[in-house]
Amino acid sequence: MTKNTRNEISIVLGGPAGAGIQTIEAILTQTLKSAGLHVFSSKEYMSRVRGGSNSVEIRASRVPVRAFVDRIDIFIPFDQATRERLQGRCHEQTLVAGDPEKLLPDGNFFELPLQQLAQEAGHKILANTIASGFLVGLMALDVSFLEATLEQKFGHQDASLLEQNLVAARVGWQVGSQAAVDRPPLFSVAATGNRAERLFLNGHQAVGLGAIAGGCSFISSYPMSPSTGVLTFLAKQAREFGIVVEQAEDEISAINMGIGSWYAGGRAMVTTSGGGFALMTEGVSLAGIVESPMVIHIAQRPGPGTGLPTRTEQGDLDLALYAGHGEFPRAILAPGTLEDAVRCAALAFDMADAAQSPVFILTDQYLLDSYYDVAELPLPKKPPESQIVETTVDYKRYSYSEDGVSPRGIPGFGQGIVRFDSDEHDEEGVITEDADVRIAMMDKRLEKFARLGGEHALPPQLYGAEEYSRLIVGWGSTCDTVIEALALIDDGQTAFLYCPQVFPVPDQVTDLIDKAEELVFIENNATGQFARLIHRETGLAADEHWLKYDGLPFSVEDVVALVNGEALV
Amino acid sequence: MSETVFDRTCDIAWCPGCGNFAILNLVKEAMSELELDPQQSVLVSGIGQAAKAPQYMNSHHFNGLHGRALPAATAIKASNPELTVIAESGEGDMYGEGGNHFIHCIRRNPNLTNIVHNNMVYGLTKGQASPTSQRGFVTPVQVSGVMTEPFNPLAVAISLNASFVARAYSAHRPQTLEVIKQAIAHNGYALIDILQPCVTFNHVNTYQWFEENTDYLDAGHDPSDRMQAFARAVDPEVMHLGVFYQQERPVFEAQLDAYAENPEPLYRRRLDMSKLNRLASQFK
Repeated sequence: MTKNTRNEISIVLGGPAGAGIQTIEAILTQTLKSAGLHVFSSKEYMSRVRGGSNSVEIRASRVPVRAFVDRIDIFIPFDQATRERLQGRCHEQTLVAGDPEKLLPDGNFFELPLQQLAQEAGHKILANTIASGFLVGLMALDVSFLEATLEQKFGHQDASLLEQNLVAARVGWQVGSQAAVDRPPLFSVAATGNRAERLFLNGHQAVGLGAIAGGCSFISSYPMSPSTGVLTFLAKQAREFGIVVEQAEDEISAINMGIGSWYAGGRAMVTTSGGGFALMTEGVSLAGIVESPMVIHIAQRPGPGTGLPTRTEQGDLDLALYAGHGEFPRAILAPGTLEDAVRCAALAFDMADAAQSPVFILTDQYLLDSYYDVAELPLPKKPPESQIVETTVDYKRYSYSEDGVSPRGIPGFGQGIVRFDSDEHDEEGVITEDADVRIAMMDKRLEKFARLGGEHALPPQLYGAEEYSRLIVGWGSTCDTVIEALALIDDGQTAFLYCPQVFPVPDQVTDLIDKAEELVFIENNATGQFARLIHRETGLAADEHWLKYDGLPFSVEDVVALVNGEALV
Repeated sequence: MSETVFDRTCDIAWCPGCGNFAILNLVKEAMSELELDPQQSVLVSGIGQAAKAPQYMNSHHFNGLHGRALPAATAIKASNPELTVIAESGEGDMYGEGGNHFIHCIRRNPNLTNIVHNNMVYGLTKGQASPTSQRGFVTPVQVSGVMTEPFNPLAVAISLNASFVARAYSAHRPQTLEVIKQAIAHNGYALIDILQPCVTFNHVNTYQWFEENTDYLDAGHDPSDRMQAFARAVDPEVMHLGVFYQQERPVFEAQLDAYAENPEPLYRRRLDMSKLNRLASQFK
């Protein structure tokens, strides 16, 4: 390999927690984007505040990049342990650069005395900026892009801090530029245009923006990785957007608060992960019988139990599908792109309101912690239309109707009385044990499934070969990875069906699956939960399962190998 | 009792002679005397015999899950601070199943009234021990008698610096009516633990037992004195009645950022699309 034919580069920084990797991620991604590149970044980290071995992957490219690759082109390990752990992802040309005091010099190793240079620049904390400068120089990008980023980051703080960082940036950049002289074509990715108008965000922010777009006015949750980013995002916007934000004492309280808020006119959500959601399941059932809208974001991580708290998995589809005793409608959305994270979060509020039922947003650590640039976000043009009605004196909360949906009144708006009861109840919301009323109320509630599926469902999207014989079916965060892999292979016979709504199963999913000669499901779990759901709903069975449950996402290389019929490494 | 706007004609599922009847009537009277509007009042309850009380009133009600009345009530108040919110349920619901919420609701201090029917036994599930059952109380489950220390809601509430803490007795109409009115009028979280006999399942803590084992706080009791209030709450000789402790504390919903610039209840607001677009553009 004599030049970078990919037009893109993969940089990995790794080391113990607290080494400043995330600071470099923030500085470098912004710098690369402002230099005119498309940028993707994703992190994997251990469940500890200090120490251990974490890493960040940053991809910079001439064309949009949205997925994790195994391949490392430039590797900056901050300790030997991380270097050894990720060595398998390096190739012959990979440049490993790092502090000779901390790393053993072997292979294609470039001595980058970060600690020494940082001390010379004024403080050891400047090592992060020196590393950023080194990478910018190595990629033959102008140092001014980095300087602008630093000015934005430190400009409002004291002047000497900014000055020190600017000095450090230039020191690192000079070392990087010098190194690039020996390897000119390898690491430079010619910028192709102005990316200033593109938006750069991660999954937490996308879900949070979508929630605001959906009219979210209340969030109560208990912190739990990897779901907390949505809570902190909305907390920061509480004043600007008038959102009630409360850290509940436990998840049971969180969901009961959420339902209480909908009852009183709020538009509420909870954000949690599988273990926390397990505590909420009785609340889901409550939403079912009192016919309350409720939006539930489950940020999946590997279970069972505490599992792998900071890693990724798609293991809680069954949990969302079956949570809560009794039978009642629900919908489950599973965004696989940042645009869809916005779309699904906003849609969840409208669907929940329209069907007076719980609606789930299933994401995972990988999607939430991934950043990339997008042209625009699918934000609605108008504020959401609330379904709340002004009540009359003869108002009945659970009046029978053709589609099972009763006009939703709230206390304090109108002349009626709003009775909400978790016992079986009549139209007024008064407890009953009348068998005929029971049947009528069950039928009424189940009617509302129609408002969550069919024409109201979020349709699937087909990628790859139009006339496919083999169809790969996925949901959630595998989307961007499979799309990139298929674009690399382009075998003319394989297509990918991405399903951002997994339940109720949209009609188009059934039609498109039925056309495939060979049906493959790709899922970041151990048992193929979506394949099972599709089989249950459509009678169509998978020919093959591509499953991964080591706590890491599929890489583009993984999917290429699987499409080519090779086993995962 | 006198008629009130909160009266509702319906079948009532309680046993004849149950203390719940008196509490139901007293709550309705107190709300009526305070001139509360049924259209602006919400009663929130969990599960149990006491939790059925809101069903028997003409007012909005949210009869949710066992133990979860306080989170729902807190959120209702926080979503529409114009509403008067009363969380009313039994001691099993509030102190047992909902014990964690009881603790944290006191810490939050939303402006709501927490009425707890305390009959020291589980009625709906037919006679097992409740969190406040006395040591030695024999039941079909606690066959050798209760061996755990009874939960002391007043001491817990005072220790958490609750803003209003009172105990009343269902058979003492005028005094209990007065305490309920004070609690509802109080700005902040107000606990009233109302002792009541269970005529079907509790043959120890009877009407007579309560008369013999309760006594009103001295006329000289100072409700602003927290140490004195605590001492009365843990008095081993007698269960005191009256307002133990009262003080002003910042109210939960009044401190929320959501209301910092706009006092309107959530349902009267609309998303400002220009703000949303401005927020999105910050990701450039």
